[in-house]
Amino acid sequence: MSFLGKSMATLVTAGALIASLAGCAQGAASDASPNSPRTGPTGSITVFAAASLKSTFTQLADDFEASHPGTTVHLSFAGSSDLVTQITAGAPADVFASADTKNMSKLQDAGLVAGTPVDFATNTLQIVVPPSNPASIASLGDLARPGLKLVICAPQVPCGAATKAVGESAGVMLAPVSEESSVTDVLGKVTSGEADAGLVYVTDVLAAGDKVKGIEFPESSAAVNTYPIATVATSKNKELADAFIASATGPEGRKVLAAAGFGNPRG
Amino acid sequence: MRRRSGIGYTAVPPWIYALAAVGALFVMLPLVAMAVKINWAQFIPLITSESSLTALGLSLRTSAASTALCILLGIPLALVLARGDFPGQRVLRAFVLLPLVLPPVVGGIALLYTFGRQGLLGRSLELAGIQIAFSTTAVILAQTFVALPFLVVSLEGALRTAGGRYEAVAATLGARPTTVLRRVTLPLVLPGLASGAVLSFARSLGEFGATLTFAGSLQGVTRTLPLEIYLQRETDADAAVALSLVLVAVAVIVVALSYRSPRGRQAMAGAS
Repeated sequence: MSFLGKSMATLVTAGALIASLAGCAQGAASDASPNSPRTGPTGSITVFAAASLKSTFTQLADDFEASHPGTTVHLSFAGSSDLVTQITAGAPADVFASADTKNMSKLQDAGLVAGTPVDFATNTLQIVVPPSNPASIASLGDLARPGLKLVICAPQVPCGAATKAVGESAGVMLAPVSEESSVTDVLGKVTSGEADAGLVYVTDVLAAGDKVKGIEFPESSAAVNTYPIATVATSKNKELADAFIASATGPEGRKVLAAAGFGNPRG
Repeated sequence: MRRRSGIGYTAVPPWIYALAAVGALFVMLPLVAMAVKINWAQFIPLITSESSLTALGLSLRTSAASTALCILLGIPLALVLARGDFPGQRVLRAFVLLPLVLPPVVGGIALLYTFGRQGLLGRSLELAGIQIAFSTTAVILAQTFVALPFLVVSLEGALRTAGGRYEAVAATLGARPTTVLRRVTLPLVLPGLASGAVLSFARSLGEFGATLTFAGSLQGVTRTLPLEIYLQRETDADAAVALSLVLVAVAVIVVALSYRSPRGRQAMAGAS
């Protein structure tokens, strides 16, 4: 990266600044002292985010770095449960953005969440079919058709839990030919034409572009997945972590997330 | 590979033992670490749950089938590579060995493009009423794809070590090529074939990436033990670790049974 040298220099200055502030401004909280010209926190943080947030959080991190000079946001994407395992095992994460409340609770139970998690996005399921829709799927009920090659997520993973909830509430018996462990695997089976239909999140359908076709269905409201975000208790730069969360949950973050298809948890 | 001769010089410099100990620790410590993590109080219920037993059964059955397929396809390949003489032999060997170094996921994608519904052969197969995707057959194909090189390499090595002298003698005595193969060559390389088959079985048992990509994951149909472990890990780490130990135990038993000491192997060969 070309700005590495510059950011290193800023980092050193920032380090000196923080060191001098640390003595006097311990209790000053987030209100910046009036005599410092630039108020925002600096340094670097690592954000652990659910795999489904890859494109949005990459953009959010870029935007954040641009609007907060002297900061670096490292990103690590994986399944939410993998991330919880990694953080519990001591991985250096400052922020955790989970694809479901269950995994956030797991991290809270481990005493690794600072403060209260904030819900920042929602996601609902959509039917996904190959662009030509060879099986002429139009509704959730069509997915129960015998002989149809349906691929869904396994109930053990968040998208599968949502699938199960939707199927049960609508009274539709889903008989998949495969229960995959990730959304990516479901999408892969549909884009390759192996499966006639799958159930994934709206955001995954949007991200897959014209390789697939998404079909909305009203029953999807039975399982709305909520994404919480929180500062990790072991973070060495909580101030910056909080600033990143504020930006991700604020209007600018909302805009990026909405463009990717994420819903607003606050209506 | 050198044949063991009567000369008894086997001394190994002491420092080699030190390095070998490091190597052995490197392989064994992770297994010990896993065993330590196991929730022994729950171990039996965890590994005897219905989904675990189904996955184990499926793994054993598909691995046995793919090993049989490896033997069927691997013996001719090894013979052709070791005894044949034709243009493109080196290229053929390179391709046969490719799955050894190919990431299994890549193998899975390649199989999908071959046997999948939209694949090279898939359309014709579908017309013939054969559907491979999402079936147990797909699991066996994926396992065979990754395991075949193990059998071919072992057997080709054994064939080269055995040499062609006995075959030549048999031929001069009037035996037809097929008779030579059946009565001389195969008995001679039986230990090599056995260890190759065991390696193939073990590799099939551990197959994950290609299966996940190509066959999918459904209990009792395509969800083998490694896939079950991967899925269990999402919700129940204890169960995943317990099942991992089962997989390790099965693999150790299988490998130990066949990889006996060289003396044992010779005895085996002599008995057959």
